[in-house]
Amino acid sequence: MAVFPRPRQALVIASVVGLAISAAACGGDDSGSGNGDSADCAAFDKYDGNDGKKVSIYASIRDTEADLLEQSWEQFTECTGIDIDYEGSGEFEAQLQVRVDGGNAPDIAFIPQPGLLATFAKAGKLKAAPADTKSSAEANYPADWLKYSTVDGKFYGAPLGSNVKSFVWYSPKQFQEKGYTVPKTWAELISLSDKIAGTKEKPWCAGIESGDATGWPATDWLEDLMLRTAGPEVYDQWVTHGIPFNDPKVATALNQAGEILKNPKYVNGGFGDVKSISTTSFQEAGLPILENKCSLHRQASFYANQWPEGTKVAEDGDVFAFYFPAIDPSKGEPVLAAGEFTVAFADRPEVQAVQNYLATPDYANSRAKLGNWVSGSRGADINNFANPIDKLSVQILQDQSKVLRFDGSDLMPSAVGAGTLWRAMVDWINGRDTATTLTTVQNSWK
Amino acid sequence: MEFEDISPKLVMLLYGLVGFVVVVGGLLLLLDTVPAFFGRRRERRLVAIAAGDIPAPTRRPRKPREFGYALFFLFPVLVLLAIGLVVPAIRTTLLSFMNGDSSEFVGFDNYNWMFTNDDAVKVLLNSLLWVVLVPTVATSVGLIYAVLVDKARLEAVAKSLIFLPMAISFVGASIIWRFVYAYRSEEQDQIGLLNQIVVWFGGTPKQWLLDSPLNTLLLIVVMVWIQAGFAMVILSAAIKAIPADIVEAARLDGVTAWQMFWRVTMPSIRPALIVVIVAITVATMKIFDIVRTMTNGNYDTNVIALEMYNQSFRYQQTGQGSALAVFLFVLVIPIVIFQIRNLRKQREG
Amino acid sequence: MSTTTPVLPGVTSEKLPGTAAGRVRKRLNTRAATVVSIIIAVLWTIPTFGLFVSSLRPEQDIKTTGWWTFFSSPAFTLENYNDVLFGRSASSGQLANYFVNSVVITIPSVLFPIAFAAMAAYALSWIKFRGRDWIYVGIFALQIVPLQMALVPLLSFFSRGVTLAGITLMPAWNLDDEQKFIQVWFAHTCFALPFAVFLLHNFVSQLPGELMEAARVDGASHAKIFRTIVLPLITPALASLTIFQFLWVWNDLLVALIFAGGGDETAPLTVRLAELAGTRGNEWQRLTSGAFVAIVIPLLVFLSLQRYFVRGLLTGSVKG
Repeated sequence: MAVFPRPRQALVIASVVGLAISAAACGGDDSGSGNGDSADCAAFDKYDGNDGKKVSIYASIRDTEADLLEQSWEQFTECTGIDIDYEGSGEFEAQLQVRVDGGNAPDIAFIPQPGLLATFAKAGKLKAAPADTKSSAEANYPADWLKYSTVDGKFYGAPLGSNVKSFVWYSPKQFQEKGYTVPKTWAELISLSDKIAGTKEKPWCAGIESGDATGWPATDWLEDLMLRTAGPEVYDQWVTHGIPFNDPKVATALNQAGEILKNPKYVNGGFGDVKSISTTSFQEAGLPILENKCSLHRQASFYANQWPEGTKVAEDGDVFAFYFPAIDPSKGEPVLAAGEFTVAFADRPEVQAVQNYLATPDYANSRAKLGNWVSGSRGADINNFANPIDKLSVQILQDQSKVLRFDGSDLMPSAVGAGTLWRAMVDWINGRDTATTLTTVQNSWK
Repeated sequence: MEFEDISPKLVMLLYGLVGFVVVVGGLLLLLDTVPAFFGRRRERRLVAIAAGDIPAPTRRPRKPREFGYALFFLFPVLVLLAIGLVVPAIRTTLLSFMNGDSSEFVGFDNYNWMFTNDDAVKVLLNSLLWVVLVPTVATSVGLIYAVLVDKARLEAVAKSLIFLPMAISFVGASIIWRFVYAYRSEEQDQIGLLNQIVVWFGGTPKQWLLDSPLNTLLLIVVMVWIQAGFAMVILSAAIKAIPADIVEAARLDGVTAWQMFWRVTMPSIRPALIVVIVAITVATMKIFDIVRTMTNGNYDTNVIALEMYNQSFRYQQTGQGSALAVFLFVLVIPIVIFQIRNLRKQREG
Repeated sequence: MSTTTPVLPGVTSEKLPGTAAGRVRKRLNTRAATVVSIIIAVLWTIPTFGLFVSSLRPEQDIKTTGWWTFFSSPAFTLENYNDVLFGRSASSGQLANYFVNSVVITIPSVLFPIAFAAMAAYALSWIKFRGRDWIYVGIFALQIVPLQMALVPLLSFFSRGVTLAGITLMPAWNLDDEQKFIQVWFAHTCFALPFAVFLLHNFVSQLPGELMEAARVDGASHAKIFRTIVLPLITPALASLTIFQFLWVWNDLLVALIFAGGGDETAPLTVRLAELAGTRGNEWQRLTSGAFVAIVIPLLVFLSLQRYFVRGLLTGSVKG
């Protein structure tokens, strides 16, 4: 399969490395031989007593990524005897709502939108996380991050996977050939863009088409620039509607994004004019980098999956990403990130056992070894992340000097964050002015 | 695939089929035996009345018994509809008077929103355009084609070609047409047929789905493309059901093809035509997948059913979503009245 | 088809009487008719044809050049079909599994509503009782209830049962794995009924009343009239309804997602094909070949049921 070539390779590497390590370990120690199972299972003793029980998990993760997910808890299920019934769906958000309303909620769901999580929590559908989950989450994640799954003082679930959104993809090869350097500040980024634009090439490529989620990549631009122009405190007020959506500060951020996104000299390399951004699918949007038709593409770490088979993603490879620079790095470097939270609709012991396990660094490491995954857990061993972009993301997430904020549109009520805001960004790209765009969103936020 | 994997499924299928035979066969059997049983009882009663044992009945028992039969025939449909559609319709209506998470009554707020919010009004207008255009165009094309290929050589092949789009799911069809409308900038090779044709004729490629109202029309094309096959199949069956002797008599009178169409074909297939137009109209009112897949309602292409789904399940605004659904219920009333009049005419005639 | 199309004497155009001018006009008409029908056929086929050609092209070609360039610089691959048919991710199993699921879902979901609707259509047309027109119009109007709004209450009916004022009228069904097929059949049957009753009522009520009266006079019961007179006469209608119900169920995604779930025990082909696009994928090459795999069966069903439409001609002549 062409879509996710890397996990497979990573998998092979991981298992080879794993074999070598275990072979070395066994070589020096014969005493435990023949009974490897129980020794391996010792780590899972605390989850015992749920043999033969069934736990259903529902999430948006599908296909090969779902395979990796199921593999990551294989040992847990074998040792504890808990049968995890995983189901992934592309219609996750809407279908979860239908299932919960219909009295058919899954035991556990991985919810990527804290806003949606809060809705379920307030409606009394979610169970508070068990104490073990809470303590391991508190030990491994920044308090800021855990706030996103805390509603009215109750903690509902630990983070699972994460991704870093403040990345600009580029071609290290092209940069070397043309003598470009990776920009460290916003000013450098703009002067680089001008330099490339001077060569009659369009420096940026972008695309925000994404089926029924069209518009979201543009909201990431707005959020990243809110963090950079207004700072994290104002950002927090903005996402909770502490300031109006059409506040001048938001307008400043959006205009700054427009400096790139709506600049006909800058966009849209390989696709056409500014308007082509709204009809270009986000999956295709960065690909012109490979043909040297564009040089810069701002997109999250998971864009690594979109490069065609055989593309080397590394600092010295065909493509890589650099941190989307801060305007004034001396004031701290904000990072926009996102990820799922493991929440439960049931509190049977076996459900809590699974929840507890998924919150541990052990699980994070187990999943990390399989590749193509990023975790914000401080307990995760950086060496388990084989892939350079994953490693870079984990480093950024674990770096306590960075100011970490969750994707704002996921925090807002769905009607805004997954509705009017997406639509407004599409209209904005298509030529609507900043003030009208923001006022439309403001009017829709009740 | 292992056999162990499928055998339980096939067992379920078997259960399903057995269930079908038992339920349907059982109902018919009951219908056969119960009247016979009552018939015998009535005979005994008649014998008894004749013998003067009991007084003769004052009322004719026929009417209520007909009602009993009808209930038997209608029983499964009524029960299933009550569970599957009537309860949901009532629930939706109630929810439309409540707020987003259905926790309190808000009166007519949601309806107020629907008719005053700019976006919502646009949604209603777009839906109107759909409902006017799709049934007329799709039925016309289907009818013309059905008439033209009737008894032509390779009729089966010709009909299959038009039917083909029906066999593709709405989502699949939308993907096909997104491909047709795809846009690449001037310097590049076009991958969308429409833009390629424009380029061949010396024009510049265009982003078809961006400009309202052209984009809505282009989406309507997709629905017409699908539904013409439906119209063609039903109308073709109706044309074939026109009694051969009528056609023959008209031919012997020397009517032209044009006259034949208006004087013989059209009157004969009128009921089928009504079925087709009504069915396509209702399907168009509920159109959802095409808009969702092609533009997701962006660029002023939104329609009622999509907005209803988004409001109810993605934005957690169940009240507003339900209000839109209730508006759909209201929209169907003219068609219902038309149906009632039709029914009356039929009974009289 | 050519073998089943009955050639009735006097119907073929050659045998028609007419003047020379009439014949010329006729020929022109026929030619115009042929041209128009070919134009429609081509317009209707090209998008699907483009999809088919695309499904045979390598991924990179699909994404960079138009499918018509295939003919000037052909590059052919079956890789896309290989991906769709045999591509295996451990969590989802192979396509064949889903294919079986689709079949298991479809057959009862077609049979039940059609049988029930035929019975209802007969009762509403030929059994005289008070209020039948209102019942018919009510059923007809239910067509407008959007499926999306019926999902939650129906799901609740299965998973919570029915309780009224604290009394359990029906317990929750608690179906597991393969048993979930029952839910899917039930849901599809409910949703199909309004249209099915509407369509069949139109056909059944058009049947000649004398036939029914004669049978009643002969002492036939309603069940007997329904079985021996009505059913055979409405075969073309049943055939077309079968096709549409089949297509609807076969292509459905929403009902399956809610009532069958996504596991390989019960999920149909459509659920799998939707997944194939990948979590964040925009995979033209799989969508194209996947769409074709899904089309094959409906097309076969259509072709095999088509001959029943011709039988309509015979019943029509009986009627006249």
